[in-house]
Amino acid sequence: MQFSESIFTTRFAISRQDLENYLAEALSQGGDYADLYFEYLLTSSISIDESMVKSAAQGVSMGVGVRVIAGERTGYAYSDDLAPEKIRKAARVAAHIAAGPGRTGSFGLNEGVSHNLYPVVTAPTETAFTERVELVKRADKAARAADPRVFQVQAVYADNLRYTLVATSDGVLALDRQPLARMSVWALARQDGGAPQRGHAGGGGRVELGYFLNEKTPEHFAREAAREAVAMLDAVEAPAGEMTVVLGPGWPGILLHEAVGHGLEADFNRKGVSAFSGRIGQKVASELCTVVDDGTLSGRRGSLNVDDEGRATRRNVLIENGVLRGYLQDRLSSTLMHAESTGSGRRESYAHIPMPRMTNTFMLAGQSDPEEILRSVPKGLYCVNFGGGQVDITSGNFVFSASESYMIEDGKLTRPVRNATLIGNGPEALKYVSMVGNDLRLDEGIGTCGKEGQSVPVGVGIPTIKIDRMTVGGTA
Amino acid sequence: MSESHLSGLARELVGRALEAGASDAECTIAEGEEFSANVRMREIESLKEAGSRGAGLRIMKGRTTGSSYTSDLSREGLDRLVAAAIELAEITTGDPHAGLPDADELGSIDGDLGLYSADVEGLETERKIEAARCAEEAALSADPRIFNSEGASFETHVGRHIFANSRGFAGEYRSSYCSLSAAPVARDGESMERDYWYTLARGFAGLEPAEQVGRMAAERALRRLNPVKVPTQKVPVVFEPRTARTLLDNLFEAVHGMAIYRHESFLAGKLGQKVAAGNVTVIDDATLPGLFGSSPFDDEGVPSRRTVVIEGGVLKSYLLNSYAARKLGLKTTGNASRGLTGNAGIGHGNLYLEKGAPTAEQVIAGVADGFYVTELMGFGVNVVTGDYSRGAAGLWIRNGELAYAVSEVTIAGNLKDMLLNIEAVGADLEFRGSVAAPTLKIGEMTVGGK
Repeated sequence: MQFSESIFTTRFAISRQDLENYLAEALSQGGDYADLYFEYLLTSSISIDESMVKSAAQGVSMGVGVRVIAGERTGYAYSDDLAPEKIRKAARVAAHIAAGPGRTGSFGLNEGVSHNLYPVVTAPTETAFTERVELVKRADKAARAADPRVFQVQAVYADNLRYTLVATSDGVLALDRQPLARMSVWALARQDGGAPQRGHAGGGGRVELGYFLNEKTPEHFAREAAREAVAMLDAVEAPAGEMTVVLGPGWPGILLHEAVGHGLEADFNRKGVSAFSGRIGQKVASELCTVVDDGTLSGRRGSLNVDDEGRATRRNVLIENGVLRGYLQDRLSSTLMHAESTGSGRRESYAHIPMPRMTNTFMLAGQSDPEEILRSVPKGLYCVNFGGGQVDITSGNFVFSASESYMIEDGKLTRPVRNATLIGNGPEALKYVSMVGNDLRLDEGIGTCGKEGQSVPVGVGIPTIKIDRMTVGGTA
Repeated sequence: MSESHLSGLARELVGRALEAGASDAECTIAEGEEFSANVRMREIESLKEAGSRGAGLRIMKGRTTGSSYTSDLSREGLDRLVAAAIELAEITTGDPHAGLPDADELGSIDGDLGLYSADVEGLETERKIEAARCAEEAALSADPRIFNSEGASFETHVGRHIFANSRGFAGEYRSSYCSLSAAPVARDGESMERDYWYTLARGFAGLEPAEQVGRMAAERALRRLNPVKVPTQKVPVVFEPRTARTLLDNLFEAVHGMAIYRHESFLAGKLGQKVAAGNVTVIDDATLPGLFGSSPFDDEGVPSRRTVVIEGGVLKSYLLNSYAARKLGLKTTGNASRGLTGNAGIGHGNLYLEKGAPTAEQVIAGVADGFYVTELMGFGVNVVTGDYSRGAAGLWIRNGELAYAVSEVTIAGNLKDMLLNIEAVGADLEFRGSVAAPTLKIGEMTVGGK
């Protein structure tokens, strides 16, 4: 996208000279670096409950964030009004963090070449609501038709279209248009007047609306949600204590996000508060494990052409054959650690300061046949679906909650078990990975990661893996 | 309180929606100013300051509805706001229970709730930074094992909330808060642990001393050092107030009106039944002056009130907005909650569990062998079934005393049994946010470990 054709120029009449002037204002009290992040965001959502489309909403928000960095200090201010005097005021407020001579002269703003990872001609947000509302109606119908034991269905379809413009005192000028769409379906099932069980499925990405019509349809998500709810009706109490755990492919990759991903974000390591601090080059997983964070996958929920500091995203190897290779860097930490930025600087919106964040985090495929992995387990737990997870960066302890899992007995899946949390320690847990499947799968596009109050969309993925020892938090 | 010009704007938007064809309309406007200062290892790490505002509109057209929001309050932006909500009414389904509260249900409680303190706005930046510095310094100098810090932060927020609807309601209130927190990191050999402590209040004067916040944070981090992973076993579990409070978060989801009519809660259909031990009384009260869950009216314009949720172990009321109330054939409890737009959801006011007689020490003294939980992790609570399984850390209780640190374990049970099995309720109830509970002892849960 060309600067001259962007919404910030055509609608808000912002010129290159304006950007130069705002950056000069931001650095008027000194400082090493300044950047501007302009955002124009359109959102919509439609939800169905009890077979009625009960809610539909759309909105617009816009603003600009101004950041000034002086050494380890950050000054930040934002405005939700793009009038020149409001932007200048924000720049002056952010400038207060520094004390020194102001910087003058041109910053040489230059549009570099960037990826084109989501060549979406018409974003879902730009399509007719009459088309989009059909998605939730179809999901409702399909979940109810999937099984007579399904008695409640909710579905939400939500999309947004975000236009961004980043201008930095390093001369970076980056524009992006980021479409994002997602469907979620929840089904409740019960039998013989017993207690209900819930199932959930969802997905999406930086895609056209056609993705939900041709690839992952509302019926696909609906049947999956219904299947999980019905499967859980026969669930028995989950076991408690240490045992062998097999993770199915796809979304269970949330293990990697919690166990290693957060702990490798550079801000925690620069400050020395992560359980992974100072461990580059050390063995933190079995040699079967290679874990990457890749922001360049086409159309994925966690992908970005440029990060929120205007840097091109990359494929970053975090763990290679069990050895810790690198951290996820943003502008501030990479400068202070004398490292390269890895294109990992992200923020929730113009009102937020960027931080090192993950994009799409996954483990590369191994050699084992998934069937053979299950057959090798005399007694253990097979987890195929999860709710959320969380990590304590400093101790390295992490949890993730299994929403669908099965007992493995003599190499065969037997009974479904009720929800249970799994707990482990980041630098230790992956040392017990003894088999890695050849069936790498990425999740369907449902993840949202929270850090210090900021939420950003992410992806995860994993092949079937066997972990010889992990603590399962059941009751039996 | 003088009415702001935004109140006029809210009424104007309601009027314009009616002119554009809506049969009813509700408008929410929020504006606020935020400030935060972070100090780390005795240096300023970041300063952030900004203001923002936005408007949201929800309209009814007969029994269909449409919603929109914008941060663009220009003439053009507001035109689009009205048109966007009207447009969406075309794709929603007529819902016989949808609508606004009845006119006689609307209103606002009288008197000053103490939600706004003028001392927050006048506070100098230097003083805010100093408070953060002082809290972190107290933590860093508390013990040589405190070797690092994630910093201390001081935050303020001042805002104005405006709501108007086509049934004649128009109201607004100002609010403020400030908070101070510290997060030190302790190390002993290979063991590294972090913890935090905080204070928050509507005004600066209401904050606890910065030194106390820092020292408390340091004590908490220190007592987590050198934890062990205990064997898997069933034992009594004591929740300190910071973790006991999360059980009320779970209870809130289970008495949430939307979850009730959808049968998505283990408490659906249990009104009037015994659902907790006899020593358990839970109140939701949005009328308590100065507290964080208080407001003069809810987000549908219904006056705030006190609702007894559980009394002596018996489930007395769900928490409802007008929609959930109509679905269940009940009356709204004034618990409507929403952001700028969309249908109203349900929120709580000040939700708390009434205090009992024993001190925390007495509760702990009553446990021969058990787990004192100071930290919970993850999302392993299913309110449909009541299944409860979360990551936990804390201290082991041996012969009635806190003996050693425990981490990397889980605690599991079912909320139905856990509520019925509350054997002791402490006297140490205090509000540090809008949900509060004293020390609680649950007779038995499964601790998952080695």
